[in-house]
Amino acid sequence: MDELTRGFFQAINLILSADPALFEIVWLSLRVSGVALAISTTLGVPIGAALGLSRLRVRGLVTALLYTGMGLPPVVVGLFVYLMLSRSGPFGMLSWLFTSSAMIVAQVIIAFPLVAGLTMAAVQSVDPALRVQVRSLGATRWQELWAVLCETRIGIVAAIVAGFGGIISEVGAVMLVGGNIEGKTRVLTTAIVLNTRTGEFALAIALGVVLLALAFVANVAMLRLQGRT
Amino acid sequence: MSEPIYQIENLKKEYTGRVVVDIERLEIYAGEIFAVVGPSGAGKSTLLRMLNFLETPTSGHIVYRGRTFGKNGDVPLEVRRQATTVFQRPVLLRASVRDNVAYGLRLRGERGDGRVDEFLARVGLDAFARASATKLSGGEMQRVALARALVIEPTVLLLDEPTANLDPYNVGLIEDIVREQNRTRGTTIVLVTHNVFQAKRLAHRVGLMLSGRLIEVSDTSSFFDSPSDARTAAFVRGEMVY
Repeated sequence: MDELTRGFFQAINLILSADPALFEIVWLSLRVSGVALAISTTLGVPIGAALGLSRLRVRGLVTALLYTGMGLPPVVVGLFVYLMLSRSGPFGMLSWLFTSSAMIVAQVIIAFPLVAGLTMAAVQSVDPALRVQVRSLGATRWQELWAVLCETRIGIVAAIVAGFGGIISEVGAVMLVGGNIEGKTRVLTTAIVLNTRTGEFALAIALGVVLLALAFVANVAMLRLQGRT
Repeated sequence: MSEPIYQIENLKKEYTGRVVVDIERLEIYAGEIFAVVGPSGAGKSTLLRMLNFLETPTSGHIVYRGRTFGKNGDVPLEVRRQATTVFQRPVLLRASVRDNVAYGLRLRGERGDGRVDEFLARVGLDAFARASATKLSGGEMQRVALARALVIEPTVLLLDEPTANLDPYNVGLIEDIVREQNRTRGTTIVLVTHNVFQAKRLAHRVGLMLSGRLIEVSDTSSFFDSPSDARTAAFVRGEMVY
């Protein structure tokens, strides 16, 4: 317990003194997860919305695949990306293994099904009468689609936040494909693992506090966007 | 009588082989209030959706202001935008009352702030302009839906059971607005209702629909006082007619 208390106060000190090592890790985490989230959102929201609105026969199969993707174990994603990017893999020529690019690829694979699947569910929950009503008011197809997306903004924001939560806190995939290299691929979660193993509890707790703070800020932002605060 | 704005010829709509609308001929005149009455499931709402070009007929066609639209014809946006529907259940956007009323104008790239204010006042909701539309009562929501439809100044206003489930105060208010819109702006109004008294109060002409077919169409006084069809007579007497 003393260790925890001491570690917690040291962590506060590290955060308040803007410790460079701490902030380098935080910045890299935000950069990797931010880029991965941007890509997942750019792909996932339109695809999820299209699936939610479509009446294609294959929608059931695509939905099942998407929901399976939402439950993908990150370490399995890491293994898959590792094999794809390793020297003998089909994308080995990119030399992305143990770089932040590999981590972004892994995180996109984790976040995309979450963003697309939850967007799809949100779009499906919109009252079908809304589309008829806006068409009756003179909406074009695109205006109709936009109206549906605006009505589902709460669900879409939740989908994006869920995607962010899924990748900022995962450790297995980024550890495998990034390698936890100091200054290059060390992010919050992998740094916590390393510092715990080496007994650097203060830094580990500080990183944990930052991780929790990021999750808190993301959720407050979501609630604000939802207009519920 | 003015020029027909709609001419319906051999209009048929089927869903999975079941005929829900089958109208040989019907003319709706510019500037009139035409009421379609009939029991639930008679095909009234489907007819209204076809008049708003929200559904295409299975066969036959609708001539709107001299232009013919059938099962294959794409209806141009400028034609579609001349008519709008107020449905029985108002579907409002998750936005303020003002934004809801302004929605149709925004779709057309217009702001029309003055008109929005005017119609908010007409439906008695100017004090609620900034309120969340989805938190209003049923009657207030329907008044928002009516203002939203009127603010775009449609040539044709289609009303699908607009006062069903509303209290008498809101029914009276909505009927007054509809009557005034027709009288002062010449808007053609097609009203679908199972309430014969409302049809009697508002319409210039009334048609009875049963099982997708138009049984009788006549001016309001003839329809109620001297119907030519026994089923019309029974319906206006309040008897069960199928």
